[in-house]
Amino acid sequence: MLKTELKHLKPQVHTFKEEMILNMGPQHPSTHGVLNFLVVTDGEVIHQALPNVGYLHRGIEKLAEQTPYTTFIPFTDRIDYLAAMFANHVYVLAVENLADIEVPERAQFLRVIACELNRIASHLISTGALALDIGASTPFVHWIRERECINDIMESICGARLTYSYMRVGGVSQDINEQIADDIYKFLDHFEPIIDEYNRLISFNEIFIKRLANVAIISPVDAVNFGLVGPNLRGSGIEMDIRRTISYSVYDQFDFNIPIGKGFKGSLGDCYDRYFVRVLEMTESCSIIRQALSQIPKGDIKAKVKRKLKIKENECYTCVESARGEMGMYLLSDGSDRPYRLKIKTGSFTAMSIVEKVSQGLMVADLIALIGSLDVVAPEIDR
Amino acid sequence: MKENANLLFLFLFKTPIKESEFSLAWYVLFVFLVAGVLLFFAANFAGITSFIERRIAARIQSRVGPNVVGPQGILQWVADGIKLLLKEDLVPDRADKFLFRAAPYFVFSGLFAAFVALPFGYGIVAADLNIGVYYIFAITSLVVVGIIMGGWSSNSKWALFGALRSAAQIISYEIPTALSLIPVIMLTGSLSTQDIIKAQGGMPWDWYLFHSPFTFVCFVIFFISALAEGNRIPFDLPEAESELVSGYNTEYSGFRFLIFPMAEWANLWVISAMVTLAYLGGWQVPFVAIETLSQSFLLIFLSAGVFVIKTSIVVFIIIQLRWTLPRVRVDQMTLVCWTYLVPFCLAAIIGTMIWMLIFPWETLAALLLRLIMSGIGLGFCFLYVQRVRFNYFNDKMAFENLKGKSLWYPFWRLP
Repeated sequence: MLKTELKHLKPQVHTFKEEMILNMGPQHPSTHGVLNFLVVTDGEVIHQALPNVGYLHRGIEKLAEQTPYTTFIPFTDRIDYLAAMFANHVYVLAVENLADIEVPERAQFLRVIACELNRIASHLISTGALALDIGASTPFVHWIRERECINDIMESICGARLTYSYMRVGGVSQDINEQIADDIYKFLDHFEPIIDEYNRLISFNEIFIKRLANVAIISPVDAVNFGLVGPNLRGSGIEMDIRRTISYSVYDQFDFNIPIGKGFKGSLGDCYDRYFVRVLEMTESCSIIRQALSQIPKGDIKAKVKRKLKIKENECYTCVESARGEMGMYLLSDGSDRPYRLKIKTGSFTAMSIVEKVSQGLMVADLIALIGSLDVVAPEIDR
Repeated sequence: MKENANLLFLFLFKTPIKESEFSLAWYVLFVFLVAGVLLFFAANFAGITSFIERRIAARIQSRVGPNVVGPQGILQWVADGIKLLLKEDLVPDRADKFLFRAAPYFVFSGLFAAFVALPFGYGIVAADLNIGVYYIFAITSLVVVGIIMGGWSSNSKWALFGALRSAAQIISYEIPTALSLIPVIMLTGSLSTQDIIKAQGGMPWDWYLFHSPFTFVCFVIFFISALAEGNRIPFDLPEAESELVSGYNTEYSGFRFLIFPMAEWANLWVISAMVTLAYLGGWQVPFVAIETLSQSFLLIFLSAGVFVIKTSIVVFIIIQLRWTLPRVRVDQMTLVCWTYLVPFCLAAIIGTMIWMLIFPWETLAALLLRLIMSGIGLGFCFLYVQRVRFNYFNDKMAFENLKGKSLWYPFWRLP
């Protein structure tokens, strides 16, 4: 009975005589996790591609309703395993907004440093995996090597390499010392020239440009209408960054550029723009980390927060600029020690909506490039 | 064949063989012996190259690579082969069982039969066919039959995609491959692989590569289209692992699967040997005339060594390309073939004809031009080495600055 009820929810596909349905995923090497695409194709050209999400749904939003405010932080790591710090950040910001907690200055700087390091790590995987999807395996492995350095730094900061749980309500869990700051400086000195090397290796490779330029063009109007966020939106030439527009935490104290797509090698909003915006953002993140490290004040790293946090009836929406764009949390409290409702908004989910429109007339290989350039992470889509 | 048998008899028994003793039995035995030697060489080359390619790839990607089985991991390919032999030989449900089982035979025989006409040194060739080059093109076409059979019979859409791409790719690239060898054939006046090598010389300016700008263009075209025929990156569309899961061999397992990669690696030798024999002077030893070459076995082995070294260098470059470049799209692949390679090839053929008329091979002007051409070629080699050096030292410095350790490998470590 349940099956018949759910039938209308399944994507409806109409095929003509010379078409076939190709099931791309959930087990496919380059769908970046368990994702399914129903591809109607005549062999190489795609007539329709429907994303079929939900294979990785874990009910994180429901779990939040049964978990006390301070205990929910480790769950947020699992929303986006490549950029766990941002989910941490947006959750603690939401709780702090709701409970009116003042966070010490030093903790806010530490949060920014950790987040920007995590942004670099996430973009490394994103750009590397795109190159891997295009067929070049070497850039990915080189980027993994660089990411390993960030993982080492993260391990020394908070003890974990992937699921950090670094943020606390009212601050962060651990302070950084001179040694760690030196390590970060050393990594930045090493990493900035490496970006040039990487560009020589793959970004300016003629085949790579031919594969990405003028492919899957998303116009600025479409990008806004379909709710794209983050680098995908900026790749279409729209200068929109939560770090600048809302300027949460201490981002208003730093001087940084917002790279936008300009049609670097093809037309505005193609796969190459979205890719190259990420490469440019890594440089900006490096400069933010340098500024944060030089300006960081001394002081506490955690405000005094009751162990059993009870928040009176209230609601708020908080968002941060994650590596995959705007990540927002809507939090509703009812006076108890756990949220009444938590709604998570993520960039990957909205990015999936444009696949159907853009992919018409692309080739199968271009669909892979499109998914790679949108930088979707399956757990973030489904939560 | 008889000449070779005589040569072998001279070598083994120190007496020439009499015509009356040359019975059919001997002949068959000899054929099997040669076939066994060739198969042994090809299979071992494929295996060892698989190991070496993985080590080179590891080096390029700053990893370690296989280093556990045997000293420096040198027996890794044997372990892989045994593992695949012991795997279950699965035939998918509702597959065309007969075609599915038959496909690897076509791939195998198509590639390994090409070794018959490939030379290894002065007089070291299984059959010096007078249509040698033509035979190699013809017999390697059998591979695509096997690939299409395998992809079609697998009853999998991904495998079918791979098979159809492979059909489009190999059939279109056969044309520039064959056309780009025509200048060489014109210069030699023969299709025999040995004759092509004999017409060249040991020094670089005696190679066909530097005969004229046109043969140089043809060399580049031949190299590109041979890569495409061998399904190597940037043209590995039939088995594009990030798009088509694994392409035409998605459903294969066990030893039947092993045949496909083995044929691919054996094809590396075929490609490189063809490049070497047609453009890089083959087994010609510098400063040694062909007449003196035939005098002693030592010099013949030396010529074989020269051929193997030249071929290995080409193999290395192909491997390096594979781990550097991304993959082209299927429409770009055919576009490159029909709009650039084929017209350039035709132009180069006509250009070579005119060049041959104006500057015959023996004249001083031709020699001077060849010297200039080889100088330019040397410049290209120098540029290549410089770029590799630059990138290597860049990476080395970056690594040392970060970790305080050296990237340097001790010399006994393999690549």
